[in-house]
Amino acid sequence: MVELTPIKKIKENFPDKIEETWQKSSRRTYVTVKKDAVKDIVSYLMKNLGARFIIITALDTRKGIEMLYHFSFDQRGCILSIRTFVPMPLPEIESIAQIISGAEYIEREIHDLLGVNFKNHPNLKRFILADDWPEGLYPLRREHKCQFPYRTVEEQNLFRQEILKKEEQ
Amino acid sequence: MRTTIPIGPYHPLLEEPELFRVVVEGERIVDIDWRTSWNHRGIEKIAESKTYEQALFLVERICGICSTSHPIAFCNAVEDLADIEIPDRAKYIRTIVAELERIHSHLLWLGLAGHYIGYHTVWMWAWRYREPICELFEIISGNRQSYAMMKIGGVRQDIKEETIPIIMKTINELEPKIHMFADAILDDPVMLARLRNVGKLSKEDAINWCTVGPVARSAGVDIDIRRDYPYASYDRVEWKVITQVDGDVLAVAVVRLLEILESIKIIRQCLEKMPPGPLQVEVPEIPVGEGIGVEEAPRGECFHYVQSDGTNCPYRLKIRAPSYVNIPCFRSRFIGERISDILLILASVDPCYCCTNRTIKIDNGKVKSTMTDKDLLELSWKETEQLREHYKGYPGGGLLE
Amino acid sequence: MSDNHKLTDMSRWGLKKSPWAFHLSTGSCNNCDIELLDALTPRFDVERFGILLVGSPRHADILFVTGIVTVQALPRLIHVYNQIAKPCLVIALGTCACTGGIFDGSYHQIGPVDKIIPVDVYIPGCPPKPEAIISGVVKALAKI
Repeated sequence: MVELTPIKKIKENFPDKIEETWQKSSRRTYVTVKKDAVKDIVSYLMKNLGARFIIITALDTRKGIEMLYHFSFDQRGCILSIRTFVPMPLPEIESIAQIISGAEYIEREIHDLLGVNFKNHPNLKRFILADDWPEGLYPLRREHKCQFPYRTVEEQNLFRQEILKKEEQ
Repeated sequence: MRTTIPIGPYHPLLEEPELFRVVVEGERIVDIDWRTSWNHRGIEKIAESKTYEQALFLVERICGICSTSHPIAFCNAVEDLADIEIPDRAKYIRTIVAELERIHSHLLWLGLAGHYIGYHTVWMWAWRYREPICELFEIISGNRQSYAMMKIGGVRQDIKEETIPIIMKTINELEPKIHMFADAILDDPVMLARLRNVGKLSKEDAINWCTVGPVARSAGVDIDIRRDYPYASYDRVEWKVITQVDGDVLAVAVVRLLEILESIKIIRQCLEKMPPGPLQVEVPEIPVGEGIGVEEAPRGECFHYVQSDGTNCPYRLKIRAPSYVNIPCFRSRFIGERISDILLILASVDPCYCCTNRTIKIDNGKVKSTMTDKDLLELSWKETEQLREHYKGYPGGGLLE
Repeated sequence: MSDNHKLTDMSRWGLKKSPWAFHLSTGSCNNCDIELLDALTPRFDVERFGILLVGSPRHADILFVTGIVTVQALPRLIHVYNQIAKPCLVIALGTCACTGGIFDGSYHQIGPVDKIIPVDVYIPGCPPKPEAIISGVVKALAKI
């Protein structure tokens, strides 16, 4: 399999930041990088190589929160995924919303669902979970043994009565 | 002075609950924030407790309109993960179903767009022409929406020989109507005045906000997953990617209208070329690994990422629907526009001409004459002329010229 | 009628003629919403019977609820239900609204509609066909 130009270029420019490269097929490549280099590499991909940002996947693994930044090179028809691990228990990573405006909402979503703190994010408010969702309960984390849904029928009846009371007042 | 206007979560014009907080200064929009949660059902978490076969039904219910795009993207992801090559006939059937869905979705959008600007005739027309497509789906799969046609390693149901002429007949009947539709919308000075230069999206913004699908293509970004990442049988048929340069509401409408015609072309070729053969291959055990599947849904690129730990349930499923990246670009589209343009509401006071076949003109309670199409058209032209005269002096009135 | 509202002849007469509907999506996948709108368009055209979708719950006689009730939508559902002039009919449209369907057990849901507000008619199906929706409305009106 021929090594793709974008991968070569990343390797040349960030030699000490790349931990592993895995080319699954001619259209799919996964590159594992160090956490602190993500922002630079993303910026390089967008500005110099003309990649299109697709989305970030975050998942809870034993090594920490695994973050995958998916990029598409539409002209070549290949997808490049930048993988990095954010150590627990206080996951924190540099935000890329300053470079790519389109990444703002997915970072807010990951903050909601997995509790990753994005440094220098312009507006890290709650986005996808309910207004009254308890703080510190991250539904996509695997360590949580809590029962879902977090409200039973009785509790929700109480909740409903409270709302009705509030409205009457 | 700044005022915040909430639009939603339950707004008469929004089908789904969503909240846009619009900050305005007078009439002009200065900021817009998007909040969603009302429809958050936790599908990514539920998928982790379902087997691959069950997850297919789950992803079908992400969105009712794109109810075959998500399954195709999910199948693409699992097939990428397990290196499955699907049979030729299945590829063609996937293409046909996906393109029929594109037609029905684009017509639905056009109808809703007409509804938003108060042009109910367009709404009723578009949905009337969409109905035969829904009936086709009922013939092919047994359900009008949520067709459950896809399966990992192929398709679940065949398109039978006796169904092919019905599909051909339907799309042949549809084609002149789409032409008529395109002419009716693009020749209408009122529609042009309302849609042109509204909500402009520049090419740089389109790239920076990572937009996909018709929104990106209307701004001149030449991307189409069907061409760039060929799946199903798109690399075996002749078609072209529709792009526009303006990036305004009109350009989006044009892209969608022309895409319907391309879809008709694709379906016709697929029905002719479809080879006989098996519908599905046997699926091996899903190995440990990860797979990415992309698909061009009617609204843009649909992205699925599947990670497997070797069990029969996905370890992680990440879904990125096209609207997720298309909605945030509102930020750049609407800042500087008027409030009324957010949902093109104000167009409802624009005149629209009655497109029923004929009306009976009643004068002093007694039937005087029956108006034909031509009379009605003349009447509406007269009205448009009057409007032109009336708005001559106003700023923006020149748009009607 | 499910609620403790006594039906007088007057209100019965008022409900039966030209019922106006309000549509509320509490976490649906859009399928049922589309089919509901479809019933209004030329092929089925329920408007000829005076059935109309209205923009405000205060004008409505029928409340269509689609989709499983998510945590975020719950207070809004109760709020909208309280705003509707009683007596009113509540129709749970689609499998998710009736039983929870495939989304049952998710972390961000409360349950099907009838756990929160009383429901008069259930229209199952994923999505129910427009014919089924019309038939459901007819059955609801027959209940009055």
